[in-house]
Amino acid sequence: MSPPTTPPCASSTPASAVADVGVCLVYPDLLGTYGDGGNARILAQRLRWRGIGAEVVTVRLGDRLPATCELYVLGGGEDRPQALAAAELRRDGALSRAAEGGAAVLAVCAGVQVVGRRFLTADGIVDGAGLVDLDTVRGLPARAVGELAVDPDPGLGLPRLSGYENHAGATTLGPGVQPLGTVVRGVGNGTGHGDGFVAGRMLGTYLHGPVLARNLEVADLLLSWVVGTLPPLEQPAADAEARGLRAERLAAAVGGGARAWWRRYQRGT
Amino acid sequence: MSRAATGSRRARLAAGAGALTASLSRRLGRGEGTVIGGRVSLLVDRDALAHLGAGRTVSLVSGTNGKTTTTRLLAAALGTRGPVAINPQGSNLPPGLVAGLAAAPPGAAAALEVDEAWLGVAATALHPATVTLLNLSRDQLDRVAEVRRLAERWREVVGADAGSHVVANADDPLVAWAASAAGPDRVTWVAAGQPWTDDATGCPACGAAIRFGEAGWACSSCDLARPAPSLRVDAGALVDECGERHPLALALPGRANRSNAAMAAGTARRLGVALDEALAAMASTAAVDGRYRRAPVGGAEARLLLAKNPAGWLEVFDMLAPTPGPVVVVVNARLADGRDPSWLWDVPFERLAGRPVAASGERSRDVAVRLHYADVAHRRIPDPVEAIAALGPGPVDVAANYTALRQLDARLGRG
Repeated sequence: MSPPTTPPCASSTPASAVADVGVCLVYPDLLGTYGDGGNARILAQRLRWRGIGAEVVTVRLGDRLPATCELYVLGGGEDRPQALAAAELRRDGALSRAAEGGAAVLAVCAGVQVVGRRFLTADGIVDGAGLVDLDTVRGLPARAVGELAVDPDPGLGLPRLSGYENHAGATTLGPGVQPLGTVVRGVGNGTGHGDGFVAGRMLGTYLHGPVLARNLEVADLLLSWVVGTLPPLEQPAADAEARGLRAERLAAAVGGGARAWWRRYQRGT
Repeated sequence: MSRAATGSRRARLAAGAGALTASLSRRLGRGEGTVIGGRVSLLVDRDALAHLGAGRTVSLVSGTNGKTTTTRLLAAALGTRGPVAINPQGSNLPPGLVAGLAAAPPGAAAALEVDEAWLGVAATALHPATVTLLNLSRDQLDRVAEVRRLAERWREVVGADAGSHVVANADDPLVAWAASAAGPDRVTWVAAGQPWTDDATGCPACGAAIRFGEAGWACSSCDLARPAPSLRVDAGALVDECGERHPLALALPGRANRSNAAMAAGTARRLGVALDEALAAMASTAAVDGRYRRAPVGGAEARLLLAKNPAGWLEVFDMLAPTPGPVVVVVNARLADGRDPSWLWDVPFERLAGRPVAASGERSRDVAVRLHYADVAHRRIPDPVEAIAALGPGPVDVAANYTALRQLDARLGRG
């Protein structure tokens, strides 16, 4: 493996220059268990397909995190690596600075817990990066594993979302933080009926899949936050396939009524 | 009556009940019937595994990838000395182990693959002479314990079982850390390679970053580092600790299978089969439970390859016919595959560009979306047999995950 290099977009490029949009994949070696690195590929590809230059900046443990990327992507991970990622982010501070400066953040699963204030691990409760007012300090009665369907907050203008969840933590949102949407099937945050969060330009969810592979509208929402109105996309086949995938998975999740009911019954929720 | 005699009688009864069930299941057309037979044996005798294993030289093989092939190669090597019990159809949970032992004559040696999470149960019951540890990486995202937890459990197993010799992959930090619990005298280190490093970037001992380089790997903080290997693969030969080269000519393709053979040969040597003799016995193994077999489909000639997780895919890229050889990617997401195929995004499918490609299987849409974002032109044909025929005529490589490969192997018949 090559030695860590300074990420290209870490050099301070003037905002006016025609620079590539930087999509920072944060610690995939710690937060990459569930294919969530795909979210970064998808964001960059949807920009390139539109003729906008984009670059995925992969930052591994031990590398310096750039504060100047336009988008940051955090994925799911195991307990101890997750705690290490949170400690590194707190120490480094670049993600907080980037978010305060208007960068968009997509946090998935463990990523949700990591950007929050505190979360539960096998070794006890540890501090998160503290970007969002949310806590994950209680465990779910049983690990949430399975298809997850979410109706997003109507204000976001998104269709019903599909993904696969796999987590054991229950997330409580602070008073000023809205959920991404309402759980139709599955568990989501596991407190009330919400999944994920939306706070400024930060969006969190328990949807894997990866979430942007199944839900291209979420990708385009994040991109519009940092590049403004998006030109139309000349990839009808790719988008049709992605929408077909979502329809298939939603039918499997929501259509499996009896089985889903039985799962909820067993969980006692 | 002594306890041993009671145990032996019960074991015979259990084996008999299992054999009867297996035979009934076969006659009813429910497949080979061996695994259900093993289940029945375990119902009759909870300790059937220990009873059936008594008096045998048992070798256990575990790891995320390569279990079935390595075990088959080891059995070929041990077969030079007499009959060898193996798992039926790669069934590597206790019923499969019981079925494999029950089908072999008493006293026959056993080469058994064991699911990563069941290694402790198997080692406790069978008191193996050797334990061969191949690799650990992400697999079946939705149900199997975290990779790191598996490494911890392996370490406990290896540390607790003082009677066995461990043959371990020095290139996989998770395996090396687990196997090092045995102490240097009880381990044969093999440089078996592990191209996939993304599950071992955090040190299993202390959590700090592991650095990978040309000379191996080492923790950036504690003293965990790649052990010096006794055996390594180099340009078509297995090189031993004296620098002597042993020709490695396999019918099986790819780097991964040369490594599997190295692990199997290291194990066989420990059990008294010389490296050259072991490798010669492995040379003719050409297909393993459908993997690597070739079958005509319409005008096409399909070659079946197992690719069930990102680490396995890295090895399969190395086995594919050169570009522009066509490739069918077949993915299911059943219980035995793991219900969550998100791992497709950890596979560098960009490398398939320039080939005719088909996305297939019960989760063909997941594959197709991944290929779109990889800018790989493809067709989505859910039925794998139709997909193979569509990419013919001529040779077509078919990379399928676990249940997809089993289904396809069965559909293509035994011709």
